[in-house]
Amino acid sequence: MSEEMVTVNMTVNGENVTKTIPVRQHLVDFIRTELGFTGSHLGCEHGICGACSVRVDGDVVRGCLMLAAQAEGAEVVTIEGLSDTGEIADLQDNFVERNALQCGFCTPGMLITAAELLAQKTEQSREDIREFMSGNYCRCTGYHAIVDAIEKTNNDRLKA
Amino acid sequence: MGFIHPYERPNSYIGRTLPRSRAKRAVAGRGRYTDDITPPRTVHAAFVRSPYAHAKILNIDTMAAKASDGVKLVMTGAELAEMCTAPWVGTLTVFDNMKAEPQYPMAVDRACWHGEPIVMIVAETRAQAEDAGELIQIAYEELPVVIRKEKAVLPDSPVIHPNLGDNIAWVKTLGSGDVDKAFAEADHVLEETFEFGRHTAVSLESRVVLCEYDPGTERLVIHTSSQCPHMIETVFARTLGIAEHNVRIVAPDVGGSFGLKIHTFGDEVAATAASMKLGRPVKFVADRLESFVSDIHARENRVKAKIGLMNDGTLIAAEIDDLSGVGAYSQYPRTSVFEANQILNITFGPYKHANYRAKATVVYLNAVPTSQYRAVGHPIGISVGEFMMDWAADVTGLDPFDIRRKNIMEDDSYPRNIGSGIPMKDLSHQACLEKLHGLMNYADLRTEQAELRKKGIYRGIGIASFIKGTAPSPVGYYGAGGARIAAQDATTVKLEPSGGVIVALGVTDQGQGVDTVMEQIAAAAIGCKIEMVRAISGDTDATPYGGGTYASRATAIGGEATYQAALDLRREILHMAGILLQTDAENLDIVDGNVVDFGSSEARIPLSEIGRIGHFQLGELPNDYQPVLSHTRRYRLQDSPYIYTNGIHGAHIEVDVDTGWIKHLKHWVVEDCGRIINPQLADEQIRGGCVQGLGGALYEHCIYDDYGQLQNGTMADYITPMAYEMPDIEVGHVETPTSESELGAKGAGESGTGAAPGVMMNAVNDAVKPLTRGRVKEQPITPEVVLKALGKI
Repeated sequence: MSEEMVTVNMTVNGENVTKTIPVRQHLVDFIRTELGFTGSHLGCEHGICGACSVRVDGDVVRGCLMLAAQAEGAEVVTIEGLSDTGEIADLQDNFVERNALQCGFCTPGMLITAAELLAQKTEQSREDIREFMSGNYCRCTGYHAIVDAIEKTNNDRLKA
Repeated sequence: MGFIHPYERPNSYIGRTLPRSRAKRAVAGRGRYTDDITPPRTVHAAFVRSPYAHAKILNIDTMAAKASDGVKLVMTGAELAEMCTAPWVGTLTVFDNMKAEPQYPMAVDRACWHGEPIVMIVAETRAQAEDAGELIQIAYEELPVVIRKEKAVLPDSPVIHPNLGDNIAWVKTLGSGDVDKAFAEADHVLEETFEFGRHTAVSLESRVVLCEYDPGTERLVIHTSSQCPHMIETVFARTLGIAEHNVRIVAPDVGGSFGLKIHTFGDEVAATAASMKLGRPVKFVADRLESFVSDIHARENRVKAKIGLMNDGTLIAAEIDDLSGVGAYSQYPRTSVFEANQILNITFGPYKHANYRAKATVVYLNAVPTSQYRAVGHPIGISVGEFMMDWAADVTGLDPFDIRRKNIMEDDSYPRNIGSGIPMKDLSHQACLEKLHGLMNYADLRTEQAELRKKGIYRGIGIASFIKGTAPSPVGYYGAGGARIAAQDATTVKLEPSGGVIVALGVTDQGQGVDTVMEQIAAAAIGCKIEMVRAISGDTDATPYGGGTYASRATAIGGEATYQAALDLRREILHMAGILLQTDAENLDIVDGNVVDFGSSEARIPLSEIGRIGHFQLGELPNDYQPVLSHTRRYRLQDSPYIYTNGIHGAHIEVDVDTGWIKHLKHWVVEDCGRIINPQLADEQIRGGCVQGLGGALYEHCIYDDYGQLQNGTMADYITPMAYEMPDIEVGHVETPTSESELGAKGAGESGTGAAPGVMMNAVNDAVKPLTRGRVKEQPITPEVVLKALGKI
């Protein structure tokens, strides 16, 4: 059986890419192995842990549950792109300041998900933040510090 | 002039919260984990694993797989065994009469658990390797499955390893005093049996190795997600017959470990062997499904407990009988009996009773091998002991705080031994208990609880005292036990020509902040800015041989080595400065990276000058002084088997008595990890550890059916704690520096995990107490367990 291939075009972190890839390759394998953006991680390849979260056409998706071919023509943003634009610099600073990460493996997914919550620009209680973030697994922190960092960022932005 | 301890200086880096440089990198997606590294010509390994819990392998047909697209190598367990010097035998000499079956990296003629690797396929891509795996035909003959520990222990049970005679790996008893006499004299004797489910680490980054063997230099380089690079170097070299000094192990960023990654795994040895065979880099990343059936599991215990109690609440005797179900083999090289051993050591450990008897029986099962996972044994021992203390409080009409006040070891009573015979010193149970009482606003919580009960709202308040063994010594299990696992650790501290300082560590950092903590210790001890210090860890070519990070030892053991090595460097800097300044080194000090006159802050010579002269301008120094400027110190515990820590947890929860759902409202921990280097990092170790313990207490369970099939080996089915279910966790400390070391740090990494299950069980039982005589005495405490205790199902 030889591998069935497909040519895909999309924008990743602001740059156009065209690659011929196996049809069965999921989006995060594509981003990691074909493009070298290794900031998106694979934790379960099952849609549970959230480590592979990336932004596709403005929405946060599980990169392991989407084939790269399904992102044809889409605009994909990973943690690398989100970092370069400075969109979440305040959130990243607060994660570091508050030590809202230990091993860092879940962190890109956490940040991308939190960015979506922050984009709502509304008051969020700690309970709200916990609920919104409950699709992202972290084994290290116990979540408390993550909630602190997101809460501070949201409050600071609302005050600004 | 005198020596001022670095931690006593104003604004010392010891005791200060500082951010981690690794964190800044990780938030930008620039972490570098093993799977992020792919050298040219890398090929990828996948494994065919046993679908049966116990089966004879009659035949393996690999022909079609070998012809499949992209396949470079297919290797069976028998073929791999020929490349190994000897099978692994997971025993330690300190465990008297322990029995273990020799184990090869992959099954040779018999599979003993669902998930045991049978055949490795190496191909250009992982997908191609998995495709080829589907073409492998294996003929099996099913064998009787031993999966329930209660049956495995019986004389009529099928025996997994006939050479061992029965399924019993190890039996141990210990104790002190006259337990039978004390029970006879007790006003009350209470007995209960507890069940603890098996669970597993679920580090978000799975196990991963990238193995590169160079046939030219005969060097083997393995990048791996490991806590113990030197141990991996030793074990892999000896297993595959390579000179140990030709092996380099690099642990780059490690995506969570929790004890899982202190072990060695057969599939990782297989990938290494493939690299030797192919002369190419071979990468193996365990996917999540195979993680569940190949990562070590932990716990799975039934514990019977019995206490003797006087009417005034004094605990006079305690007895436990543990039955541990481990896996198909004893995990090499640390064994699978540590969990049971620790349960015996620490149960009822905070208390003064003079009579203690404990027994453990460890049995093999056709299941994934178990071994050491964060807080080994402690969650079980603490849950049992603290449940019994709360029950004792009920029986004697005391408040849970009061019964502990009565029975815990007094803070001024050390050194002393506990019932298991383990020596204790520098503990602070009383101080921790009173501090928790204040933090919780305990009286207010009780008032609120009573009010809410009138409205049909059932809240529970729990507390749980604990001791925790950290930083084991070489006279205990390792070293003396025969395993080539270092219980000492070492740090090299070097002054560079620039005046910068390199701190090379035998201990490792998986995100706890070990690198930052060591930089703080070195900067404080030398007297320089922390910006001038850089830690290196996780590379056996660049660091002195050490044990790595396990058993909450990094700061307690590695920290002291760093402290002493940095003080040696400081002494040499002062010596050299004394020569250059023509003054007695005694009159000098180092402040902010400058040598100064003692008591002054005026720079006389900066470290950059010392570095420059020490490396380049040696002619300025007398002939009888050759600068070293690189100091290595090793540190080990000497007399004590562990540095014990202590503390107490509090939990406030609400139980929905219709659904059995537990809402965790607030969690508190007060603990004593000795001198704290970085308060924020210490707190976060406690918080993260708590949630890991709460996962085991409430949700996590590796469920096996009667055929030894793991029923819930996916992240959708194996439930871990997520943000919504978990509470805010308030952390307090009492700081009693250990007298074992000059730095005074004890371990902090497991104190959250150890007691969180016990405090949760006590809180649940406190919540349902008005409604039922039943008690929750099993974990995980699922809604079903709660409803059963309430008599509703």
